[in-house]
Amino acid sequence: MKSIQEIIEKLSPLERKIVPFLNLPLNEIQTKTRLDSTSLLRALKFLEAKNIIKLQTKKSKVVGLGTNGIYYKKTHLPERNLLMLVESKKVVSLEEAKRISRLSDNEFKVSLGVLKSKAMIELKNGKIMLSASKEEIAKKSLEEQLLEALPIEESSLLPEQQFALQNLKKRKEIIEMQEKTETTFTLTELGKKIAGKEIVSDLIEEVTPEVIKNWKRGKKFRKYDIQSEVPKIYGGKKHFVNESIEKGRRIWLDMGFREMRSTFTQTSFWNFDALFTAQDHPVRELQDTFYIKDIKGRLPDRRLIEKVKQSHETGVKGSKGWQYSWSEEDSKSVVLRTHTTCLSAKTLASLDIKTQLPAKFFSIGKCFRNETLDWSHGFEFNQTEGIVVDRNANFSHLLGYLQEFVKKMGFEKIRIQPAYFPYTEPSVEGAVWHEEKQRWVEVLAAGIFRPEVTEPLLGEPIPVLAWGPGFDRLMMLAYEIKDFRQIYENDIKNLRQRKVLI
Amino acid sequence: MSNVTFLRKELESLIGKITKDVEEKISLFGTPLERISDDELEVEIFPNRPDLLSLQGYARSFNAFLGKSPGLARYTIHKPEDNYTIKIFNSVKDVRPFTVCAIVKNIKFTDEKIKSIIDLQEKLHFTVGRNRKKLAIGVYPLEKITLPIRYEARKPKDIRFIPLEADREMDAIQILTSHPTGRDYAHLLEGKELFPVFVDAKNKILSMPPIINSHDTGKVSLNTTDVFVECSGFDLLVLQKTLAIICTTLADMDGKIYQMILDYTNRKIITPDFTPEKMKISINNVNKLLGLDIKEKDLEKLLPKMGYEYKNKTVSIPAWRTDILHEVDIIEDIAIAYGYDKISPAIPNVSTIGEESKESKMKSFISELLIGLGLLEISTYHLIKKQDAEQNNLQDMIELENSKTEYKYLRQDLVTPGLRVLSENKDNEYPQELFEIGTVFSLDKKNKFETGIKETENLCILACPGNFTKIKQVLDSLTKNLGQAYSLEESTHHLLIDGRTAVIKIGEHRAGIMGELHPETLKAWGIKMPTSYLELPVKSLF
Repeated sequence: MKSIQEIIEKLSPLERKIVPFLNLPLNEIQTKTRLDSTSLLRALKFLEAKNIIKLQTKKSKVVGLGTNGIYYKKTHLPERNLLMLVESKKVVSLEEAKRISRLSDNEFKVSLGVLKSKAMIELKNGKIMLSASKEEIAKKSLEEQLLEALPIEESSLLPEQQFALQNLKKRKEIIEMQEKTETTFTLTELGKKIAGKEIVSDLIEEVTPEVIKNWKRGKKFRKYDIQSEVPKIYGGKKHFVNESIEKGRRIWLDMGFREMRSTFTQTSFWNFDALFTAQDHPVRELQDTFYIKDIKGRLPDRRLIEKVKQSHETGVKGSKGWQYSWSEEDSKSVVLRTHTTCLSAKTLASLDIKTQLPAKFFSIGKCFRNETLDWSHGFEFNQTEGIVVDRNANFSHLLGYLQEFVKKMGFEKIRIQPAYFPYTEPSVEGAVWHEEKQRWVEVLAAGIFRPEVTEPLLGEPIPVLAWGPGFDRLMMLAYEIKDFRQIYENDIKNLRQRKVLI
Repeated sequence: MSNVTFLRKELESLIGKITKDVEEKISLFGTPLERISDDELEVEIFPNRPDLLSLQGYARSFNAFLGKSPGLARYTIHKPEDNYTIKIFNSVKDVRPFTVCAIVKNIKFTDEKIKSIIDLQEKLHFTVGRNRKKLAIGVYPLEKITLPIRYEARKPKDIRFIPLEADREMDAIQILTSHPTGRDYAHLLEGKELFPVFVDAKNKILSMPPIINSHDTGKVSLNTTDVFVECSGFDLLVLQKTLAIICTTLADMDGKIYQMILDYTNRKIITPDFTPEKMKISINNVNKLLGLDIKEKDLEKLLPKMGYEYKNKTVSIPAWRTDILHEVDIIEDIAIAYGYDKISPAIPNVSTIGEESKESKMKSFISELLIGLGLLEISTYHLIKKQDAEQNNLQDMIELENSKTEYKYLRQDLVTPGLRVLSENKDNEYPQELFEIGTVFSLDKKNKFETGIKETENLCILACPGNFTKIKQVLDSLTKNLGQAYSLEESTHHLLIDGRTAVIKIGEHRAGIMGELHPETLKAWGIKMPTSYLELPVKSLF
């Protein structure tokens, strides 16, 4: 066991201030030491950590006043105002009462309700009539009595006060429940030995410019308790979704892709038609896609419109198309993009195939779908997608790119299976082997754009490889998020504490 | 997307034992195996393969894939017998112009088979049929019907029959307003003066497509052996393919298919017709798209595995395949037959240079500076609630059609979602100094943008607690680091305190707004701490 002297040497200035008075009750210590409550509490905690005292805390709920409550306590409850008005007039119309009383809509409504329920007034044909006697009026209501008595500890409320409290709680910002913590302490065996001792010390506390200037060999420092807790600090930080987006972007850049950007609002033309999604396809319905009310967009140049129309109706070279009558008007409706593939379509349409091939592009960002919010769904989600435009590209290259891509994401094994998407053929679904979870996780959608897509956009059916991982899903996996809503809830505590992924 | 559950025993009786190896093949066939137990298995059927939705259709194609019965499945189709006729009247033209029909005989129905046909019908309604809008299917017990049949449209008041799951006769209006199925699909006949009906030779109504069948003539039972099948809708081609899917499923239950004569006013069509469509395929295109080196001879093995016939460089496509629009669709099937797992990945020797977009660069530059100042980044929804828009008194909101949640508007500033974040975090530790970089939306009054909506990437900073000095310090530091000069001009803003509000000018350009939030604003949001705020477009800083 350490000697008492050693323990005393480790005491901080705060603690040293208290020790001489430790035999007194807490409030007297505060008066003697003139410490504020926070410092006092901190000092007590330090002493507890050194096993000198034992702290006891008692938590209790206190019924306090809200913003309106404070105001009403100073003046009157609004129903008192109204009652006095009715008393002076005996009969008064609703409008007039409202005007003269100067109560807000809400206050007026509440006051009417309260007085009616106490049978102090009656309402008839838009008029308020007094029905309370003089004595009744003079008497303070339970609510008024309670208001005057606040703040009170919840546990000591009388039954009628409880009743009044329930009534007031329903009203706006009259009551505010507060939590009160009461602290007491007892001395330990060690504490009893130390308590009351006057402590004189010539040990150096903080190193100040003075100390440095006057430094002489042989002076001693007070020993710090290196284990004691320090106040928390929080630095600035990226939101973890954007952190993940940065990581995703890095992968594409490393693989030589150029970033595409475009707006969130798109015409149906780019979001669907240019991608050979038939106009009666269920994904285009109101219950799946967000359409903007009352706005029609502008279509690109005539040549492209005609090409896309032909692609849908009778098909481009070698294709039968969807064989229906394509509506230009439908393609003008404006949607919130449902996938980043519409960016790929736009990029292809603006590409000069004579000079710019081969080319690789990627996009990353928010997409939207008309969904409810629950643990696995949301109406906003992130997507990322890359395309390779290359006359010589083929399916085995697609698989090669996919393999490299998942390797960069940190997965070794990939499983490839057939899939279906309206604008790619062949289509692929890729799963990666999750080492920790010991199972395959489906994370990739991929394919080669159909000629019905590339021919109108590029002018000839040059192969375009396309793929993208399910971004939010990967993020949830990496951050061990179980509920989709957590991704966008912005709980500051969580944001500050969430570990940064490397 | 449709998931289909098969009883394991039933499927195994058709395709043999499902070993681990077969399980893997099921997924590699293009029907991901979602779940398997001793009793059942569930596979996902992609929307391009409605012919796989029934047990029979699935087993037929999968057996070919396994190599047990490769090639084009052949069915005997019998010529129409007497009175196997449907007369189609011109009156249906404006409501549901086409129907295709068939008769299938000699089926030994069991409860399972009846259920299987009803399931298939429902799945086809939902997928190919776009929830009965594009096509509706009826299957009727032939013993209750007198041929020939008429397909005509009548005034709703003149349509009276007992619909399925009802106990009394109703007219068409009653069905649409008070019968549960009628109500579900009433919108499909909305605004039509005449409704379509199938009527038999004794003037009995068989059904009112696409709504419901008659109770008397529209329900297959265990006593039924022969059925009349019709598909009605708007697209003759799709109808014929759907009819083929149902007829082949019934034929796989040992039924005999008979054709019917469809007597349209100006022409006669005979259905069903399983004559395969032909498509030329080039081995060069196959190898070029897949990156393989397969020979003509290999196609003779690979294509039959996917249910095709291949002769003289020509592919015969089964009549029940709805998804073959182009050579590439067949090439994908060749890849599936070859095995996705057997195609080796290759990285082409192509060099390109990666490049980040200018917007992304600006964004990460700014956020790094702000993080250096100790600010925390938030990321909020682009959609906001009506209540929040009203709270901040926002005008000219851009509204979404038919949103399923309370979030119905595009945000036009970042302070609105930002204040929501502060109000939801009022019990978390302070200081809360937050920033967000995100897109805001406004109506494009100059008609500059193709969607009629202007999108701007904004930067928003909220310091809580914070005063004018605090926010000006941040602006100061940020602009200095970016080498920009700014000036402030006194201004007003409905959320901010007069006299503590400024327009931020960068050069001569009025870029953004800053100031102390008014206590009234803060109180309305339930925020207890003094807060200062800044918002300006990211672009103005560069």
